[in-house]
Amino acid sequence: MDPTILIVLAIVLGLGLLLLFAAIGIYNSLVNRRVETENAWSQIDVQLKRRYDLIPNLVETVKGYASHEKDTLERVIQARNMAMSASGVAAKAEAENMLSGALKSLFAVSEAYPDLKANQSFMGLQEELKATENRIGFSRQHYNDVVSNYNSMLQRFPSNVVGGMFGFKQVEFFKLDAAEAEAVRKAPQVKF
Amino acid sequence: MPQTFRDYIAANKRNSVLLVVFFCLFITVVAMVLCLAIIAYYGHGALSGVNWGEALLVGGVAALISLLLSLLAYYTGDDMVLAVAGAKPLQHADDPELFNVVEEMAIAAGLPVPRVYLIRDPALNAFATGRDPQHAAVAITSGLRSQLTREELQGVIAHEMSHVRNYDIRLMLLITVLVGTVVMLCDVFWQILRWGPSRGSSSRDRRDSKDGGGGVIVAVLLIIAVILAILAPILAQIIQFAVSRQREYLADAAGVELTRYPEGLASALRKIRDDKQVLAHANRGTAQLYIANPIKKFEGLADTMFASHPPINDRIKRLEALTK
Repeated sequence: MDPTILIVLAIVLGLGLLLLFAAIGIYNSLVNRRVETENAWSQIDVQLKRRYDLIPNLVETVKGYASHEKDTLERVIQARNMAMSASGVAAKAEAENMLSGALKSLFAVSEAYPDLKANQSFMGLQEELKATENRIGFSRQHYNDVVSNYNSMLQRFPSNVVGGMFGFKQVEFFKLDAAEAEAVRKAPQVKF
Repeated sequence: MPQTFRDYIAANKRNSVLLVVFFCLFITVVAMVLCLAIIAYYGHGALSGVNWGEALLVGGVAALISLLLSLLAYYTGDDMVLAVAGAKPLQHADDPELFNVVEEMAIAAGLPVPRVYLIRDPALNAFATGRDPQHAAVAITSGLRSQLTREELQGVIAHEMSHVRNYDIRLMLLITVLVGTVVMLCDVFWQILRWGPSRGSSSRDRRDSKDGGGGVIVAVLLIIAVILAILAPILAQIIQFAVSRQREYLADAAGVELTRYPEGLASALRKIRDDKQVLAHANRGTAQLYIANPIKKFEGLADTMFASHPPINDRIKRLEALTK
C-alpha cells in the first residue's frame, strides 16, 4: 500500500481515538455531576425529615408552659402533618413554607413566657430547630449550586454535543420565594 | 467558575505530590553527601578511594525513610498538628451550637462533617487540617468560640470549610510537617557545624597535620553549608507559595459563597484584629495554618515578603465591599 495512505489512515484513526477518549471523559463527568444533583436533592429530604422529628418534642415542651396557646400549637402540628403527606414538588414547597411560618409564630408567641424561654430543653430545641432551618436552606443552596454546575456543563460546548447524544436533560432549580430569590441574586461572585 | 475551582483543587493535589517528591530527593541527596563526607574523613581524606556503593546504599535507605516519613505525615499529620496546637476533640453534646454550625457549613459545601476540636486558649484563632475532606478537622480556640455570635461563627467555619473543600488542608499539612522536618534538620546541622570542629580539635589537629583529612571534612561541610544557604530561600519560597495571600482571600470569598453573608466573617475578623492576645501554642512553623496570623508581632510586617497572612484590614475591606 502507498505509505501516504497509511499515514493518513493512522492520523485519522489517532484523531478518532482522541475524540472518543474526550467523549468518554465528558460523558463520565456529566454522569458524576448528575449524580451530585440527585445526592443533593435527597440531602434536602434528610433535613426536612429531621425537622418533622423535632416538632413533636417542641410542641410537648411548649404545652407544659403555654397551654392556652392551643391555636398556635395546633397550626404547627397541622402544618407538619400536611408537609409530611404533601406530594409533588410545588405542593411540598408550599406546605414546607407554611410549616416554617407556623414555627416562626410559635417562637414569637413563646417570647411572652419567661419561664418557657429559660427552660433548658426549650432552649436546646430552639437551637436545634434554628440549625435545622439553616440546614434545609443550605442543602437547598447546595442543590442549586450543583444543579447550576451540571446545567451549565450541559449547555457549554463541547459537552452539550455529548449530552445531546446520550439524552442528558437539564435539571430544575429549587424555586425560592421572592425574598430568598433576592438574597441569592445578591450572592457574591468568587473571583480568582 | 466551577471549572476554575476544579483547576485550583487539581493544582493543590499536584503541588502536594511535588512537595513529597522534592522532600524525598532532598533528604536522599543530603544523606548521600553526609555519607561521602564521613567516608572521606575516616578514609584518611582520599575521596578517590570512596566506595560509591556505600553512599548509594545510604541514599536508598534515606529515600525509604523519607518516603515513610511522608506517608506518616500524610496519614497522621493532622493528629500531630492538632496535638501541637493543644486541640482537644469535642462531642456534639459539649457544644451543640458549634456542632450545628459546622454541620450546616458542611451541608452547604456538600462535604462530610469534619471532626471538631477546641483549643483552650483565650486568643482568637481557628484552623482546619486533614489530608482530604473525608479526613478533615476544624479547631477553634475557646477564646474565639466564646466571643463570636452565631453568624460570625458561621463565617469563620465557612472559611475553614473552604480550605477543606479546596484541598488547601492537604498541601498545608504536608508543608507544615515535611518542611518543618527539613528546617529542623538544618538547625541541627548548623548546631553541629558551630560546635563540632572546635570541640574535638585537640585530638584532630594531630591527625590533620598527618593526612589532611580535616581539610576534606571542612571542604565537605562548607559545601553543605553552601547548599543550605542556597536552599533556605527556596524553602522560604515554598512556604511563601503555600501561604500566598491569594489562598486566604479565596477562602474568605468561597466561605462567603457558602454563608451568603459577608458581614458575618467581616465582623469576626474585626474581633480577631482588635484582640491582642498571643496564641500560646502557635509558632512560625504552624502560623500558616490559622485563619489569622497567631503571632501578633508579625502583623506589622504583613506587607513584607515573609508575612504568612494578608493584612487583616485588607481582608475586612474586601468583605465589606461584597455587602454593598
